[in-house]
Amino acid sequence: MSTKWKMPALLLALCFTLTAGLSAEGQYEESTHIKLATTTSTENTGLLAELLPAFKEKTNIQVDVIAVGTGKAIAHGENGDVDVILVHARSKEDAFVEAGYGVNRRDVMHNDFVILGPDSDPAGIKGMTSAAEALSAIAAAQQDFLSRGDDSGTHTKELSLWNTAGMTPSGTWYKETGQGMGSVLTMTNEIQGYTLTDRGTWLAMKDNLDLSVLVEGDPVLFNPYGVIAVNPDLHEHVDYEGAMSFITFLTGPEGQSIIREFKKNGEPLFYADALK
Amino acid sequence: MSALGEAVKLILSGDSELFSICLRSLRFSASSIALASVIGIPLGFLLKLKSFPGRKLILVIVNSLMALPTVVVGLLIYSLISRSGPFGSMGMLFTPAAIILGQVILVLPIVTSMVYGSVSNMDPRLPETLQTLGANGIHYTSMMVSEMKGPILSAVLAGFGRAIGEVGVSMMLGGNIRWYTRTITTTISLQTSKGEFELGLALGIILMIIAFTLNFLIHLAVRNE
Repeated sequence: MSTKWKMPALLLALCFTLTAGLSAEGQYEESTHIKLATTTSTENTGLLAELLPAFKEKTNIQVDVIAVGTGKAIAHGENGDVDVILVHARSKEDAFVEAGYGVNRRDVMHNDFVILGPDSDPAGIKGMTSAAEALSAIAAAQQDFLSRGDDSGTHTKELSLWNTAGMTPSGTWYKETGQGMGSVLTMTNEIQGYTLTDRGTWLAMKDNLDLSVLVEGDPVLFNPYGVIAVNPDLHEHVDYEGAMSFITFLTGPEGQSIIREFKKNGEPLFYADALK
Repeated sequence: MSALGEAVKLILSGDSELFSICLRSLRFSASSIALASVIGIPLGFLLKLKSFPGRKLILVIVNSLMALPTVVVGLLIYSLISRSGPFGSMGMLFTPAAIILGQVILVLPIVTSMVYGSVSNMDPRLPETLQTLGANGIHYTSMMVSEMKGPILSAVLAGFGRAIGEVGVSMMLGGNIRWYTRTITTTISLQTSKGEFELGLALGIILMIIAFTLNFLIHLAVRNE
């Protein structure tokens, strides 16, 4: 009997130990938590890893980050599943605030979008000053272009550029990936195609990429980030005070200085905008 | 190859975040399989040994749910527990409880169906013999479970394997929050998206070790029969 039961008893014991005993949550403490839905660029660049510990130190509020595309981050805000959002798609942010889902939108920082491609540049776009013209050239040359295709801020910008170029991209050369910025850069690198990215993610990842910035500096490529609290009138359970502390921190001297100082190989990834 | 070397180094370095991620994954999956077992094992027995109205329907549902993709479970539960959904006021989305709930729904059909299957293959004389010998209630049940412990163990381990390897439920319902709901699979997904393969690979190796260990345990359990 004793040997027959050894195995199940052992496993059962293991199950219970894991379930009940080991509650090592690492740094997750029973302090106040707020939920932030944000874009993959702030997470992938490592900026949040600098900002959040400083915020925790100051306010004892821990920020739980849900990193998704801008579209999804806004949807989480609309549903009241998060307390605050940090995103980059001005038109969508304004719609979010106008519909009453969010309050107290503040400018936080900006960087810019750039068009990346292989050094060989088969579409011949290098040095073009108009992003829309560059996209037209890629389309005309039927060169692989990778789109986020995920309703993110970058995707929103890309669609508006195609719109400016007066065309709807389609064909096997146009690849909608439905993935985050980091994944898309890795994929673009693998197939040596073209893509649109925010400069922050590009700078954070470029050491591992065999791609170059081919088009930059067009004013339409300006990429501002905004922070918005979820409206407590609409979702009474949200931690409005926690969200406002976070907004105050991000747009205050300390948060802005962390954003300014955040560099990769000496290059700034974002430009602080809240304090002028 | 260098990424693989870095991965092994990372495992050996005893990195605290790596360790906490693995522990968290194990804990979520163990909780899920514990809950699913409590419901699924008796249900499997019940479905075979007793006849009651709706039994056929439950069997059909259980069998269809076995093949449910994890993202579908994630999506369904998401729409239920989002603040704008019917159970939103519980505030469960993006918590460990949400992951465990999703995983229970994912593995419950597997446990139930496997237990049901093995009870079906059991020598039909066993229940009769037990009843003839006057066994009843708790005694009867414990004897039955004792006879079936190999297959039950296989069912539990298979369910555990499904839970610890899934990414859809953990990502959608847990939100991949660092130190809180980040698991082995969601970390692999995140690291890959950042183009940093070392930690992802290290976790992949650990996941494979867990899978091999599980298979080894199943093998032992079945051989013991």
